Amino acid sequence: MARSLVVIGASAGGLSALESLLNELGKNFSLPIVVTKHLASGDEEGLHKVLSKTSPMEVSIACDKQPMERNHVYLAPGGYHLQIEDKDTLSLSVDEQVCHSRPSVDVLFQSAADVFGKKLLGVVLTGANRDGAEGIKAIKQAGGVTVVQNPETSEVPIMPKSAISTGCVDYILDLNDIAICLKDLEFKLEK
Amino acid sequence: MTEPRETDQDFELKLLLTAVEEKYGYEFGSYARASLMRRVRRHMQMSGVEHISDLIPLFLHDESAFAAFVKDMSVVVTEMFRNPDFFKSLRENIVPILKTYPFIKVWHAGCASGQEAYSMAILLDEEGLLDRCQIYATDFNDQALRHAKTGIYPEEDMALYEENYRQAGGTKELSKYCHRGYDSVKFNGRLAEHITFANHNLVTDGVFGEMNLILCRNVLIYFNQDLQNRVLQLLFDSLCSRGILCIGKRENIQFSSIGDQLEVADRNQKIYRKKI
Ligand SMILES: C[S@@+](CC[C@H](N)C(=O)[O-])C[C@H]1O[C@@H](n2cnc3c(N)ncnc32)[C@H](O)[C@@H]1O
Repeated sequence: MARSLVVIGASAGGLSALESLLNELGKNFSLPIVVTKHLASGDEEGLHKVLSKTSPMEVSIACDKQPMERNHVYLAPGGYHLQIEDKDTLSLSVDEQVCHSRPSVDVLFQSAADVFGKKLLGVVLTGANRDGAEGIKAIKQAGGVTVVQNPETSEVPIMPKSAISTGCVDYILDLNDIAICLKDLEFKLEK
Repeated sequence: MTEPRETDQDFELKLLLTAVEEKYGYEFGSYARASLMRRVRRHMQMSGVEHISDLIPLFLHDESAFAAFVKDMSVVVTEMFRNPDFFKSLRENIVPILKTYPFIKVWHAGCASGQEAYSMAILLDEEGLLDRCQIYATDFNDQALRHAKTGIYPEEDMALYEENYRQAGGTKELSKYCHRGYDSVKFNGRLAEHITFANHNLVTDGVFGEMNLILCRNVLIYFNQDLQNRVLQLLFDSLCSRGILCIGKRENIQFSSIGDQLEVADRNQKIYRKKI
């Protein structure tokens, strides 16, 4: 059973941000990582291809009721919301779009907050949408840790800015500092 | 005080589901938890209450509030030729099998507002099979079924539907199959003649005919693993010998007991065939 979890939300500009973040985290980062990046139905195959090549951890496109493993990155498929079902399991839905998106970051973050509470790290990266802001609030309210990419060094600052405007953000960091911060928190959370 | 074994949220949800089951007979405890929680949270917001347990008196004493919740548990989000690659594979890999049958029975379990069933009728028509086909399209949501029977959809969705149709290997124009109204389109009655829309609840109702082809896409995701297994068994038992079962692109039979009684027809598109 995963004791703690990382959830990441990204939109426009997210591909290169994710590539470099996963790269910096390295293959020894042990927590499961669940990623919702906005994309259209079918486009997840391309994202998966690129990240599989560059990420030191194994990367999969999430399936419904798929068990989560350590050292593993899971990507939301286009056209589906990706959710945390319980401490071991992912699930999907085709509920209405949220913030014009399916998959939506808010949906992932809220479900993760319900299941992991304090044992959760939520990260919002670059994007041109306010999706993720509600999710950051939910994570904070459940006692989790919230990290947002520095809008000034984000390719598109809107999504980080919206998250920050909730007043629920613990760390605002450049991309390479996010990796350092996550590695640091990994130990604290797993204790 | 000792550390509680479950969170208040889990505890209150359990009480709510028990209350609802006792009073109305609905077993939402077997639905997938994360999607269920989204609905519960939405109804808390709509009713302006703070705790999950506050919904208990509301649902017990206000039947219309509970009816709204039940309706909300049915997610009718769908499109024509959803996941075009799937329909393409049906055309290329499954139609040749269907062509060997004198009569073909197709079941759409969880058809929502009907677009998937009309897509199938169009595909079968183009392959010259529609006249020897009977399509059954079922759902447990009567309102969605009433909509499905009309075959009327918003004009603004047609661009997506046309694009899906083309990607699915369609060679004509989708608009050939419908009449344009002011801001809606209506699919030809000729298609609907081959489709029977009926109420069927996958959780409480039984086996359905001897089907050559069953589609149950994006319905299982709303069930927990136990209920998925039960429903997959029901679908399996409704297949004729060598019948074909299709599930949603990101759904799984891998964790169910019918997994080893099916062979793979198209792994990527989740199309399976009953073993001999
Ligand atoms: C998201 S739609 C899927 C529509 C279509 N198959 C598709 O993939 O586009 C899910 C449908 O499953 C139906 N459904 C959910 N639970 C059901 C049950 N227990 N019995 C029958 N239908 C059910 C809902 O009412 C809804 O219309």
